[in-house]
Amino acid sequence: MLDFLNNYIETIDNQLLHDALWVTVNEVPFAIWETIYVTVLSTLFAVILGLPLGVLLVAGEKNGVMPLPSWLMSIINTVINLLRSIPFLILMIMAFPLTELILGTRIGTVAMIVPLVIAAFPFVARLVESSLREINPNIIEAAESMGATPFQIIVKVMIPESVPSLISNFTIAITTVLGYSAMSGIIGGGGLGKIAINYGYYRYRDAEMYISVVLLVLLVIAFQSLGNYLAKKSDKRLKNN
Amino acid sequence: MIKIENLTKTFNTAGGEVHALTDISLNIEKGDIYGIIGMSGAGKSTLVRCINMLERPSEGKVIIDGSDLTTLSPAELRAMRRKVTMIFQSFNLLMQRTCLKNICFPLELSGVSKAEAKERAMELLEIVGLPDKANAYPAQLSGGQMQRIAIARALATEPEVLLCDEATSALDPKTTQSILSLIKDINKRLGITVIIITHQMSVVEDICNRVAILDNGYVVEEGNVTEVFSNPKSDAAKRLVFPDGAETLLPELKGQRIFRVVYNGAVAASSPAITNMAVDLGVTANILGASTKAIGEKAFGSILLSIPADADFAKVKEYLSSQENIIVEEV
Repeated sequence: MLDFLNNYIETIDNQLLHDALWVTVNEVPFAIWETIYVTVLSTLFAVILGLPLGVLLVAGEKNGVMPLPSWLMSIINTVINLLRSIPFLILMIMAFPLTELILGTRIGTVAMIVPLVIAAFPFVARLVESSLREINPNIIEAAESMGATPFQIIVKVMIPESVPSLISNFTIAITTVLGYSAMSGIIGGGGLGKIAINYGYYRYRDAEMYISVVLLVLLVIAFQSLGNYLAKKSDKRLKNN
Repeated sequence: MIKIENLTKTFNTAGGEVHALTDISLNIEKGDIYGIIGMSGAGKSTLVRCINMLERPSEGKVIIDGSDLTTLSPAELRAMRRKVTMIFQSFNLLMQRTCLKNICFPLELSGVSKAEAKERAMELLEIVGLPDKANAYPAQLSGGQMQRIAIARALATEPEVLLCDEATSALDPKTTQSILSLIKDINKRLGITVIIITHQMSVVEDICNRVAILDNGYVVEEGNVTEVFSNPKSDAAKRLVFPDGAETLLPELKGQRIFRVVYNGAVAASSPAITNMAVDLGVTANILGASTKAIGEKAFGSILLSIPADADFAKVKEYLSSQENIIVEEV
């Protein structure tokens, strides 16, 4: 199939069209795969770190179910705000030592995952925080009145009750990570972003750039639609579910 | 069974101290359906939350079966809360769980096995009359049905006391009736002591045997429902018993004498006092206003009457006052 397509592309006289098609057939499919796995893995790790942190932000408050010392809350809040305010392009470079420590290399597609997680987990923590704040406090009070421990309230009430909202927010997170992952070309990572920058920006080949951008847009739409569907499907407050 | 001693609750807010409850002492016996009634802001919800320590009293004690709840450790408190359960105005069901799983929830918290919890939940669904709603989600139920599920959930841990915080305030009158009779039934059949917080007189009249009237953080009256409602002494109690306040309507009537007839538990049906008066004395009275209620077979309340100025008021007063449980007051 690939050979057949390449043979066909070789017959095209127009150089621009020939090059664009060659990149589309030979590089784009793998780039899509790289973009997807970097995005999904990074978001997954960001959720693993961000979810407990977001829970702490709500449960650890003075009137929360598991009040934490206010100095600890200040530290958590400050760290999140700091990480959230560093531009991703710079964070990517600042993360080099950590990336090298964890993965043994600072460049390449997999190396993108470390800065992406660092950028995304504080964001996820804030999203989780906002999801958990939507819970009706009366429901938490009811659980307390039934003798639930703080941990039971978190695990059996707060998180399950906010699942639809959490799914919506994780969808926002994954599309944001997808956008960040497009910068990977700069540190030698792969993916659609690399194609857009390497061909479109460095070599003035607009066609490749537009192809990558359109594919990125389609990926965002796909993630968003899937997220919306799952959020709606999981929400038992909607009478039709 | 439940003894509240000198309970005081003060909130420290930005605007200074707020005294929600002051020096409350109540005694609730086993098997009582005890009403705590008051206007909004009287402190009812705070009081009921002090009973299961959702709010910590600032001072005073809450003693249930001999143990002072204010001294319990967090773990002991959680164990106590399985014996003193609560239902709410807004039902507070877990919206992402089925009804069955909502009822299983308190059992799950206390580590009861899934199979056992499910079996108990099915029994409870039967008790509250919704066995077919096991797999429905709360959003698919009506308000009354949700409260039934909430009651089933509150009964899951086999409590000794059920606290009802405005449990019928969000329901229509008919549904309120059915929930009240369910609560009454539970009280009778399972011997569960019930404490009902409400602002609705009718709730207390219908199912409570004892009542405390709460006003501005104070218990202003307390006792047997018939006694308290038949002869309300405090202003707060009078406001509750006669919400329309017959006395506020005092029309200017020329050539008329106005007075009030207070029914203090007169057996209304057997003594049509005012009609008798017309026959016996030949004095015809206008009824200007009335606010009365029947509690049991007795009438409570007052009627505002006017008679012609030339009629013999002294005689009228004597005649009416001689009837049992009727008082005449000049206006």
